[in-house]
Amino acid sequence: MRTHIEFKQIGVIASKEFWDRIRNRWVLAVAVIFTVFALVIAYFGAAQQGTVGFRGMDVTIASLVSLVIYLVPLIALILGYDAIVGERERGSLELLLSMPITHFELLMGKFVGLAGALAFSTLAGFGLAGVLLSYQLGPTALYHYVGFMLSAILLGMAFLSIAVMVSVMASDRMRASGMAIGLWFFYVLVYDLLLLGILVLSQKRFSLSFFPVLLYLNPADIFRILNVFGFEEVRKLYGLATVLPATLASPWLLGSAMVMWIVAPLGIAVWRFK
Amino acid sequence: MAYNVIEVRGAVKHFGETHAVDGVDLTVQAGELFGLIGHNGAGKTTLFKMMLGLLPVTRGEIYIDGQPVRGEAFRQVRRGIGYLPESLALYDNLSGLEVMLFFAKLKDADPRSCLPLLEKVGLANAARRRVRGYSKGMRQRLGFAQALLGSPRLLFLDEPTNGLDPQGIREFYQILRELREQGVTAILTSHILAEIQLRVDRLALMRTGKIQALGTVHSLREELNLPLDFQLTLQPGAEEALRQALANQPAASVQFNGTMAHVRCPRERKMTMLNALAALDSVVLDLHIKEPSLEDVFLGYSDATA
Repeated sequence: MRTHIEFKQIGVIASKEFWDRIRNRWVLAVAVIFTVFALVIAYFGAAQQGTVGFRGMDVTIASLVSLVIYLVPLIALILGYDAIVGERERGSLELLLSMPITHFELLMGKFVGLAGALAFSTLAGFGLAGVLLSYQLGPTALYHYVGFMLSAILLGMAFLSIAVMVSVMASDRMRASGMAIGLWFFYVLVYDLLLLGILVLSQKRFSLSFFPVLLYLNPADIFRILNVFGFEEVRKLYGLATVLPATLASPWLLGSAMVMWIVAPLGIAVWRFK
Repeated sequence: MAYNVIEVRGAVKHFGETHAVDGVDLTVQAGELFGLIGHNGAGKTTLFKMMLGLLPVTRGEIYIDGQPVRGEAFRQVRRGIGYLPESLALYDNLSGLEVMLFFAKLKDADPRSCLPLLEKVGLANAARRRVRGYSKGMRQRLGFAQALLGSPRLLFLDEPTNGLDPQGIREFYQILRELREQGVTAILTSHILAEIQLRVDRLALMRTGKIQALGTVHSLREELNLPLDFQLTLQPGAEEALRQALANQPAASVQFNGTMAHVRCPRERKMTMLNALAALDSVVLDLHIKEPSLEDVFLGYSDATA
């Protein structure tokens, strides 16, 4: 027997999750971290080369990309890993599900609320930094910076979706946190090294045809390519990203792949949660 | 005319090899106050969860208010159900009133009913305090208030008096009585049998996933034919006189504890026993006839099965 979706119920759960993060200052803390890091990188990123000050948007975004690839997935995984398993372990899940709400609505409400908090803190944090830097930005730079912020939000949502999936599958919070940290290690630290290792070992035999596809299997790489491919100077800095042919580097294609990274884990989570 | 609010037909729930609920048939009528008792692990909570649609049945059918416990129609039925789980977890970071408002939104209940309900359960003064600072009893009261949101027609209360003090327990049953007069049906579990024996209309005794006995407390007593307990206060040194008076009562047994004596005899021998004791009016200072309690019934069924 099918039940229709009541969006109001999704809204009630999402609103609670969002305001919980506002009340406990989670959003504020993350926004401050993003602002401070963005400003420090923008002004002091070239200190090692003996210069201090804003060096242009392309180089700043390239530095911010590295920061975001480390920070945003970690924050998203921490934010979402106990969304369901935490409720289950505390005993509140049973009471929630006794209400006129379906498993799907509860899960979507959780995701939407947490994604809202993450998006809000990302926009507020990097947005404030953008405002402070705006007097030095031209329209093109501003366009790239807005694109960077939006892609950072998508990256966060992809890892949040993975975290919610982990939260549904894990039997307890301890395992869920272990799985979340493990996934962060894999996607952020290990995956690219693994690709490079395979590339070297295979003596570039499969690189040109298969290698670009493998980059699509990691949302962090998709984010990197999205932000790096637009800048000629920065593209040269990233050896790994430049193996991608221009056809596979279309922002729409990359954006769609990122959306798939949001939808697929969430779909698995919904299926398992039911 | 009374109708069946709850209908359970051959409900089975297996967790792997464990048969948590094993072929339960049960009906609860509208306006009834129904008790579900049993040992730990007897299957009470699992049956509760199945009736609430929180656990799917392995086999069998469950209908609440005429609807199967799944699908869109059951979502509407759920709006008229209040549930107080055994392991109650509310949101520590919210105030009592905010918890109520959150659940009111989920249940489509009138948000203006939140404060009056908190007043009803004695939490008016703590309504704006965070739940983190609530005692166990206050949390339980809040959980009960939450279950009353949306004027439910059916209440599922799993160990509802957990953590309540005697005053709280009395107030809880007072509210339940008032609701029953308004036609609300309630099904509750409790380990404190003395507490529910005078309050429930009917009860079911569960054991290893099955319903072992079902009926009123009185009918279960009758079914087991448990002996009556005559509690006597004797003058010092009257033990021998009592033994002699009971010599012609082969079905009776006696135990002494100082000047107290407990004489047990079958219910049908009650008048004969009273006549025998009447002859001892000079040495019997006081007499009290104790009916078997629900605990005796519970243990009686346990012994019968063992």
